[in-house]
This record gives sequence, structure tokens and C-alpha cells, in this order.
Amino acid sequence: MTAWPNLFHRPGHPDTGKPVLLGVAGLRLELEGKRILDGLDLELLSGEIHGLLGANGSGKSSLAYAIMGCEDYRPGAGEITFDGRRIDGLPMHERARLGITLAWQEPARFEGLAIRDYLRVANPKTDVESCLKRVGLDPDEYAARAVDKTLSGGERKRVELAAVLAMQPKLAILDEPTAGIDLLSLDALLAVIEALRAAGSTVLLITHQAEVAAHADRASQLCGGRIVCRGETASVLEHYRKRVCKRCDGRTCHV
Amino acid sequence: MSDFEPLYDLFATAGWTPPPIPEAAHVVAYGHRLASTQSLAGVRVEAEATDTGIEARITIAAGTRVAQPIHLCFGLYQQFGVQNVHLALTLEPRADATVWAHCLFATPLAARHAMQAEVVLMEGAVLRHQEAHYHGTSGDIQVIPHTRASLEKDARYLADFSLIRGRVGRLDIDYSVNVGEAAEAELTSRIYGFGSDAIRIREQLKLDGQGARGLVKTRVAVRDDARAEVLGMVEGNAAGARGHVDCMEIVRDRAEVSAVPEVRVRHPQAKVTHEAAIGSVDSRQLETLMARGLAPEEAVDLIVRGMLA
Repeated sequence: MTAWPNLFHRPGHPDTGKPVLLGVAGLRLELEGKRILDGLDLELLSGEIHGLLGANGSGKSSLAYAIMGCEDYRPGAGEITFDGRRIDGLPMHERARLGITLAWQEPARFEGLAIRDYLRVANPKTDVESCLKRVGLDPDEYAARAVDKTLSGGERKRVELAAVLAMQPKLAILDEPTAGIDLLSLDALLAVIEALRAAGSTVLLITHQAEVAAHADRASQLCGGRIVCRGETASVLEHYRKRVCKRCDGRTCHV
Repeated sequence: MSDFEPLYDLFATAGWTPPPIPEAAHVVAYGHRLASTQSLAGVRVEAEATDTGIEARITIAAGTRVAQPIHLCFGLYQQFGVQNVHLALTLEPRADATVWAHCLFATPLAARHAMQAEVVLMEGAVLRHQEAHYHGTSGDIQVIPHTRASLEKDARYLADFSLIRGRVGRLDIDYSVNVGEAAEAELTSRIYGFGSDAIRIREQLKLDGQGARGLVKTRVAVRDDARAEVLGMVEGNAAGARGHVDCMEIVRDRAEVSAVPEVRVRHPQAKVTHEAAIGSVDSRQLETLMARGLAPEEAVDLIVRGMLA
């Protein structure tokens, strides 16, 4: 007789004992006939900052879109579980309602939508002023401005981070959050990530910059649609920097 | 019953809060019945009802800065009827005013409203003209707002037409503005059509004077079986003239839009640009809002409302 699966069992990670918040197993994704993710496995532990390293084109953003449930990024095979529940059949907004969100590398702009209203989309009771201050934007100057093309790239990224803070997600996927942000505000960005962690969020920090990933608790390196190295951040960074990828022999793993 | 009570009922039906019309300079007319007019210092309002419509003349004296908006309130509270309005609006040199036009048709079943406006802005005059329409929920109405405007040197004309609540019915907008030396005109239209609504917009700026500037901006969203034709035209006819046509339309369901940004340049030192975007809602915008937990229809609604805001 086959035993019923225990739907409420959330196994802890063998090394840390922390529960697994997000599990990705054997994920395959093809776009226009090209394999982007090739049997990818990944586990994110509850409350951790997890760095996802990889060169341009390695599949980092595609993985983010597949986890979030973007329409064109439906995996051909594999499973995604979140908080003990399989989610790969759920539409995007239902995944968001479970507590997953994504900050795009190049966030969309919205004509006529005020920043304060944008921050309240996920949580009408959010403290707009506090969220804007945390990302270094003066609420008096920005709350009433539109999320449109009058914002610079860096301002728009900060608004996006403020929106993620406002949502208080269980899992925040930040896709290249430093792209387009000047060095002076890198510290502010890292403070936002810490604020997310302090509020109980798990963060998947996608980057191709080793110095950004260095702030993660654990990290994984992606190459050719697969995780080729995972573990403590220091050891993954060492692997990343030494170009010893078994999959590509270091030829395409680096920027 | 005061002359304003039917108007307040129309405002309530539209879901709007009526502004303090009795204290301001105004013209209020129901169909071809003139309900109220008022002049103020520097603002001369003359109006009469004739067999064929309402004739109104508003003249703002030179140098007058009108503190309160001037109200033009036209509408029908019956289901059937015709309203023709002829408006001559003149701002003498350096006059500065805001006009709020409210055109309210709460329960039309076979109604027609036609506005023929002639607007003259003399040297240095500034006019902000905001025109908000509510046409009820039946769609059985034809509305024809036509405006001819001329701007003398250094004048500014900012016109904003909005019809974003209730049905449109059949709408035929035709604006044409001659822009003189160093003068500036902006025409903005924001319209949301659904059901079997039919929208036609023709807006034309002729940048005739040296250094004239102009913008034609249309924002139209349609769904169901609605149709829209948008023609934004800017002519650069003088040295230093700068113009731009900006059309954005969102189309859903079986609705259809054609948008033509037409630019003409007749002087080598004039420059006119255009941009037009028609299509369904941008997928990145949609996904961004869905990643915050909005269902697709909620996300589309928010994007459309933002575009029309």
C-alpha cells in the first residue's frame, strides 16, 4: 500500500536544520527551442540571503521568472515547492499572494500611477514614508510622483526596492539590484536587504558581481542552466573566481 | 427648485462633487434653457437661449487674473433632447483664467450635444481649460465638441478633455489651434470607451509663429466592441517651432483603434516629433503588478486608470 505523503512536513536543511522555504527540483525550461534551464536544483532556507551568481546569459533571470510564474517561463519539467506546497501550476498573482515577489532588473514604468499608490498595491496599509526613507528617497519629494519615465533608472530601482519592502514578502527575488545604482547607494541597497531579512523575508539575491554576492549567507553558482556550485558564500565565491567550473571549464562562467 | 438643483443631481449621478458654481463666473444651461449666468469683475459673461441653441460670450478683460475657475455647465436631465452650444471665449492681453467645463448627461436614450467653441487668446493670455464629460450608462448619445482657437504672441492654452466614467456613446472631437509667436498649446484627451462606443478624435496644432510650441497628447482605452479613430496633427510652419504628438492607446477584447500621428514641417528650422503606442497592456507592467498579488483583471484596471489619470 502506498503511504499518503505528509503535506505538512517541511524538511530542514541537513547542514543548518533551517526549514526549506523554496525548493526547485529538476527544472527544465526552453525558450524558442533553446534550453535555458537544464535540470536545475536549488533550495532556499527560511530567513537566509542566498546569492545566485552567474555570467550574463547563464539563466539567472530566467530562473527568477520561472519561480515567480511569468507567462513565458513555464517550465517543461521539474517541480517548484514553496512553504511546503507545490506551486509550479499556480498563476503568478497566486504565488505573490503566498508571499513571493520579484524585483525586475529593469522595472516597468507606469504612467499616472503615484509612487505612494504603487507601494500600496500589495499592502494598502503600508507605511509609505518609512519604505521610501529606507531606500534613500525623500517622501515629501517622491510619494506623489508618478512611477513613470521622469524617474531616473536609479530612482526607479529604489522605488522597486521600496515596493518589495512594502509587501513584506516571505521570499523576495532581487534580480541584479545593483545594476544602474551608483556605488554610493550600494550600502543603502545592502541595508534594504538586511531590513528584509530583519522583517523575516528570505532573499534570493541575483547578481554577477562577486562583491555583491559576498553579503549573502549562502550562495549558488549557475552555469549553462545548472547549479554548478553551492554552499557557504566564501567557498562558492572562491569557485566563481577561480574559474574551475566543471560544466564549462571556466570558459563561460565569468563576465 | 433652484436653478442649480438639476445640475447638482447631474453631478451626483456622475459621482462628482459639485464645485461652488453660484459664487463663480458661470453659464449653466439644460438643453436649450439657460438656467443661470454670472459675471464677475473683469469677467463679462453674456448668454442667451435661442430656438436653435445657447449662445454664450465670455470676455476676460486685459490683465485680469481670475482667482476662481469659471464654470461652464451644460447638460440634459431628460432622456431625450438636443443641446447646441455656441461659445465665444476671449481672453484679452495678459488675462489669466481657468475654465472648468462640465458636460453632464445622466440618462440619455436619444440625446445629442454639439459644442462649437471659438477661443481667442490675445498676447500673453493664459487659459487652462478642463472639460469633463459624463454621458450616463446607456451609450445612446452623440456628443460633438468642436473648437477653433487662435493664440497670439506669448499666449498659453492648456486644454484637457476627459471622459473616463460611464459610457461614451458616439463622440466626435475636433480641435484646431493656430499657435502664434512664442505661444504654447497643449491638447490632452483622456477617454475610456466600452460596449459599442465610437470615438473619433481629430486634434490639430498649427505652429505658425516663430518659436511656437505645441503638444497633442491622447490617451484612449477601449474594450468590448468599442472603436476609436485618433488623428493627432502638428504642423511646424515657422522658425524655432517645436511640436510633438504623443498617442497611447490600450485595446482589449474585440475593440479596435486606429491612431495616426501626422506631422508636417514647412520651415527648415522647425521640428516636430511623434510617438504612438497601441496595443494590449504592456506585459511587463502587468507582470509587475501580478507579482504584487493583483489578479490580471485588477492589474489591467490599475494600468488603464493610471494612463487615463
